Formats: sequence, structure tokens, C-alpha cells
Amino acid sequence: MENKINISVNGRAFTAYEGQTIMQALDNLGFKIPRLCYHPRLSIEGACRVCIVEVEGMKNYVASCSFPVSEGMGIYTNTRELRQARRDIVELILDNHPEDCHTCERDGICELQRLAYAMGIRRRHFEGERKHYDEDLSSPSVIRNPDKCVLCGRCVRICSEVQKVNALRYAHRGFGTVVMPAYNMPFSESVCTACGQCINVCPTASFLEKNYTQELFEKLNDKSLVKVAQIAPSVRAAIGEAFGFPPGTAHEGEMAAALRRLGFDHVFDTQFAADLTIMEEAHEFLERLQGRGKLPMITSCSSAWMKFMEQFYPDFIENVSTCKSPMAMMGSILKTYFAEKMKIAPSKLLTAAVMCCTAKKYEARRPEIRVDGVDPVDMVVTTREAAWMIKSAGIDFHGIKPEPFDNPLGHSSGAGAIFGVTGGVMEAAIRTAYELYTGETLLDIEINDIRGLKGIKEGSLVMEGREIRVAVAHGLGNAAELLETVKKDPERYHFIEIMGCPGGCIGGGGQPYAGSNSVPLDEETLKKRAEALYGLDRSRTIRRSHDNPDIQRVYKEFLGRPLSPIAHKILHTRYEAKKPVGIIPKGSIAR
Amino acid sequence: MPDNNDKALLELKEYINGKKQKENPGSYLIDILHKAQNIYGYLKKDVMDFVAEEMSIPTAHIWGVATFYHYFNLKPIGKYVIAVCMGTACYVKGAQDVLDSLKETLKIGTGETTPDGLFTIQEARCLGACGLAPVVMVNDKIHGDLSHKDIPALVESYRKKGMSSGKDPAE
Repeated sequence: MENKINISVNGRAFTAYEGQTIMQALDNLGFKIPRLCYHPRLSIEGACRVCIVEVEGMKNYVASCSFPVSEGMGIYTNTRELRQARRDIVELILDNHPEDCHTCERDGICELQRLAYAMGIRRRHFEGERKHYDEDLSSPSVIRNPDKCVLCGRCVRICSEVQKVNALRYAHRGFGTVVMPAYNMPFSESVCTACGQCINVCPTASFLEKNYTQELFEKLNDKSLVKVAQIAPSVRAAIGEAFGFPPGTAHEGEMAAALRRLGFDHVFDTQFAADLTIMEEAHEFLERLQGRGKLPMITSCSSAWMKFMEQFYPDFIENVSTCKSPMAMMGSILKTYFAEKMKIAPSKLLTAAVMCCTAKKYEARRPEIRVDGVDPVDMVVTTREAAWMIKSAGIDFHGIKPEPFDNPLGHSSGAGAIFGVTGGVMEAAIRTAYELYTGETLLDIEINDIRGLKGIKEGSLVMEGREIRVAVAHGLGNAAELLETVKKDPERYHFIEIMGCPGGCIGGGGQPYAGSNSVPLDEETLKKRAEALYGLDRSRTIRRSHDNPDIQRVYKEFLGRPLSPIAHKILHTRYEAKKPVGIIPKGSIAR
Repeated sequence: MPDNNDKALLELKEYINGKKQKENPGSYLIDILHKAQNIYGYLKKDVMDFVAEEMSIPTAHIWGVATFYHYFNLKPIGKYVIAVCMGTACYVKGAQDVLDSLKETLKIGTGETTPDGLFTIQEARCLGACGLAPVVMVNDKIHGDLSHKDIPALVESYRKKGMSSGKDPAE
């Protein structure tokens, strides 16, 4: 920490540190000034003015998020006039916001609503002109509703600063200001990667996932269909938060039980398909390592990364593993192997996926993943949508008894569990690739160099005297940075894992909203979710994908061997450069 | 993308290349958009795409800048841009009537262009010709001391001029 300085808050003496903003100093001292546009991971915008405080000697109130403390500063946080001014600011924001809280998707979990309550706003004083724009429903993943927007700019900042996608900006000016993609084009035609981080950071319902819950309820009531669900690793690590459990509580068996009560006939585990992915991907890596294919090989599980790569980095297409994502692999196996085994026509099989991700909704519609013209995954719902469905159907998630997943596609190794956290796919792949390559058992299977929330992580291992260098990036901004390194130094790595969201899937765009005592993408929450998955890994007796007996069986009965022609047809995909071309800005640009 | 052999595009590209030599080239964005508008008359989507790729600036950012400043036209403009001064002096001398008459004569609103591509109506703040209030500016020429009754004749004179010049007015 920097030099200590003396300040006073509401007349009492306190210590702060030089270089802190007033907000940072007050946060440390136990004063949580109300705020709206501020987010700790993003640049300071100072747009909303909600975080104003009074500073002795200053004519106007100052925004505490952007004003530094100084020696002897006298700060007031709660005077009558200040409280009034702060309330007026929030009332003015509310004035240009629809009065439809009770029918809004984010009712009860909206930052603006919480803020209005905390400010003591019990009726509206200001009635003025209210903006009205059409919703953009074009994207299969993310919908945009400018009417609910309070222009805090968090979406613009996360999209440009953390994800570097730059799909969103403020356009027009004054009362007419709207956050939109270039040319106000439909989201589906923009550079948006469908990662959904704008949804995570939005304080209101200006961004939401495209909701498929009603359609899914319809299908679940259709007796002519066999309904099958799969659930992604990180859903179980986070869904409890939507039911009031503390972050980091794993709900694996509870989810299997809840999905059965929702009406699914079979509940399988995407982690099984994660093991399958590792079988294919580890073999693909070894092929490339032996000169058959381009290095470094880059993982392909993350749908937002897939779209990002095709638009921003098409030069890397040949580097990206041809393996489908675990979700798509599971869907493909369900519509072929499982349908055959159960004697169900694929058209009578409804495959739903519960994912931590909004981009999976996009991926599910990619023509490239179809098998003989059939979509492997019919419907994708996020963790949030699944939590809502469970509540809406009156299922008691607190009292529910855990149940196992169904067989034969329900068993997974510990390696499958850690897919949900940054570094996990790499770690799982190494566990298998090492043993395939050397014929020896890898004793230390927990690879700490590539664990944790550092943006770009590097590691290396030696396989029969050959050094294999690996790198892991999470969040598309970090991915871009890593790829720029690879462009300059193509020999630097052999194997790269990229996940589109901060923290990996545990920080996905479909995960539960931050509660009242947290912020979106809070690092502590992410760490706890990660720990839940590492805990599941440790609790498994089988921790390597190739040791999973169900995996061995599916190869024996159906696929033959990894990378066989039938495996290629069903489990692999392709990519192509797509428009519009994405642009990563060089240097900094003013916003 | 516009045709690469396009002379106009080459001119824009050369201009951008000049700015790319400078320190912090991104800060020349507004300047480059001015140039693009001078060349093409307005900012077309494919020209903004071109600037985005040449400058490595995301298109959403360029769109944000282009929509923020009223000076930038996002739609094609007419051969004659008629700017009605709505400054204080002109306003008190009947600028609103002049504007209304112009809209009625041309059957378009502010910011719009007639289907024949001849006229665009704009509203301007003070044009600095208060002594002649109310004034309109047609391209670079000021017409002062107007009454709303003068508008049909004024429009007609430009229409004749536009039709007789032989060039396609939409160009």
C-alpha cells in the first residue's frame, strides 16, 4: 500500500491510502456508498452520479468512484441534502425507465430496483418524456431492450475492455442516446460473440438471454416425445446461488433429481461428453504432435470463442481442434448411439441442454454441428432459466434428495468435472495425453500452474524427453492477447486452451445474477465455484477420462476408436471465416 | 467494401495512410470521417467499414462517433442542401414559418432528401448573418430577408438550375 493519509468521514477520523478513490477508501472503512455504473473490473465511467458524497470545501458533490482522497479531506456520506440529491438522481433515472417491475424478468434481482428501495423512493415525483425503442430479438442468445437501459455503460465496457469484442457502443446523443451495435444492425448480424457478459453486468433487464423456458415446458408436456436433458459442469457449481445457497455449493444429484421432476425421461451428464471430448482431443493433439496437423492446437469447447475466432482470428482456423464441444458431442451421441440403442426415431427425441452459457444457444443452431442434417441439441436453457423453471414448477430444491444421473451416458471422471473452470480442459487433456503418449501413469494429476484466475497462464510438461509447452486464456480479451503472442512466436506453445468467459464456464453468461451482497463476476464467487468443481474432481475415484468405463463402452459398441471415421462424422466439426470481420483496436481509443 | 479501383476510395485511403503515420492515429477519426463525407457526400456503411478496417477501430465505435455529431450525414444528401437558420434573430423574424413552408413545398421533413435527389432540408443554428434575418443557406449561398412566401419561388429557381445542369442530381 501507498502512504497513509488522514481523512474524516462524517466528522470521525479515519486512515486512507494515497492513490485511493473516495469510494475505495470508504469501502475499506465499512461505508458502502450506493453506486450504479461502477464495476470493480471495469474502467471508471462516472456516468450515473449515484455515488456522490460531500467533500468539505468543494462547491459541488463529487462522484466518489472517480475522485481521489487527499490528506485532511473531510467527507460526508449521509447528510440530509446529500441523501436528497442522491435520491433525486435515482428518481430521474427511474423516470426514464418503464414502470413494469412486477412483470420484468429481473424482478427481485435487479440492481436498479434494489437501489431505488435503498434510496427510499416510494413513489415517483418526476414524470417526463420516456424513451421507447424496439427490442432486438434477432440473436438466438442475447436480446437487447433499450427501454430498460439506464446508460450505465457497463455492457459497453465489459464488451470492449474485458472481451475486446467491441460489439456495443453508445450511439446518438443526449436524450436519444442508445447502446447499440454498429449501424444499429440486428445483434445476430453484428460481431457479438453471444458470450452474454453484457447480461451478467447489466444492472437491469436491458440485456437478457433469449428465453426458451415456455417452449421447453410445452415440449416436456408432449407425451409423444422422449425428453432427454444434459447438464454442464458449471451449472451444478452455481445454480444453488439462485436458491439462496452460498457460492461454491455443488448441486449435482439435486439437479438430476430436479430435472426428472420437471419431466425429463433421461438425465445425462455433459461431463460424460467432456470425457469423450478429451478422448478425441487428446488423440488429435498427439496426431498433430507427430506432424499430422498444425500446432499449437487450440481447444474448441467454448462457443463464444468459436464465433470470436471465426470473425476476429480466422487465420487460426487450422489450429483449432475439430472436436465439437461437449454439449454438441452429447447431443450427437444421443441422436445416434442412444436413439438406436433405445429404438427411438431421432425426430421423437427431444434433447435439451442446461448450460452456464448463452453462446451455447448460438452453437446449437450452427449448421456445422449437424449430423445427417439433424440438430444434435434441440434446446438450450441457461442456469438462470433452469433455476426459474424449477421454481416455477414448484420443485423444492432445498429439500430434494440427490439422485444419480442415468446410464449409460451419466458417469464421468473427475477430469470431466473440471471442464467448467479455466485450465480444466487443458488439465484433463494432459491427464489423458500424457498416459497415451508415454504409456506411463501421470502421478501428479493436479496441474497447479494452469489453475487460478490469472488471465493468461503458462505451463509445461515433459513427455518422454520432449517438452510440451501449454497456455491457457479465459475471457476473450485475454484470448486475443495470447493469440497476438502466438502470431509473433508460433513455436512458443504446443497446446492452448481458450475459454470465452472470465473464469471459464463458471463465469458464463448464463450463470445466476449476483446477489445483493456481491457484484457480477466477483472473483471470490468465481473461486468458490471453481473450488466446487475441483472438489467434485477429488471426490471421484476415476479422475482420468480414458479410465471412464462408460466411455470405453461407447467406443467398443459404437465409435470403434478415437478419430475413427464414425467418430469424425459424429463428434467433429468445421469452421470458416465469418462476417462481419471483427476488429481488435490497436492501442487505446477514446470512448 | 467499395470497389478497390474506385478513385474516390484511393483518395480516402491515401488520406488515411497519411494519418496513420502520426502519433496516436485513432485521434484522427473525426478528421477522416470529415474527409470521407467530403468525398462521398455522406457516410455510407461500406465506407465506415473501410475506415474501421484501415484504422483498426471497431465499427461500433465509428458508428457511435458518426451518430453523435449532427454534421455527419448518414443518408445521401441532395444536390442542394437548404439549411434554415433557427438562431435567435432568424427565429423571431419568422424562421419557423420559412421552415414550415419549405417542408410543405418539398414534401419532406428536416434531415430528409427529396426522392429526385435535388433537395435536403437541414436546420442550422446561427449562421452569422443576423442582419439579413431570416436566412437560409443553399449549399454555400446565403439568401436573406426572406418571407415564407418567397420559398416556393426560391425552390423553383434551384430546381430549374438543377435540372438544366445535365448532371444526375443524385450523384
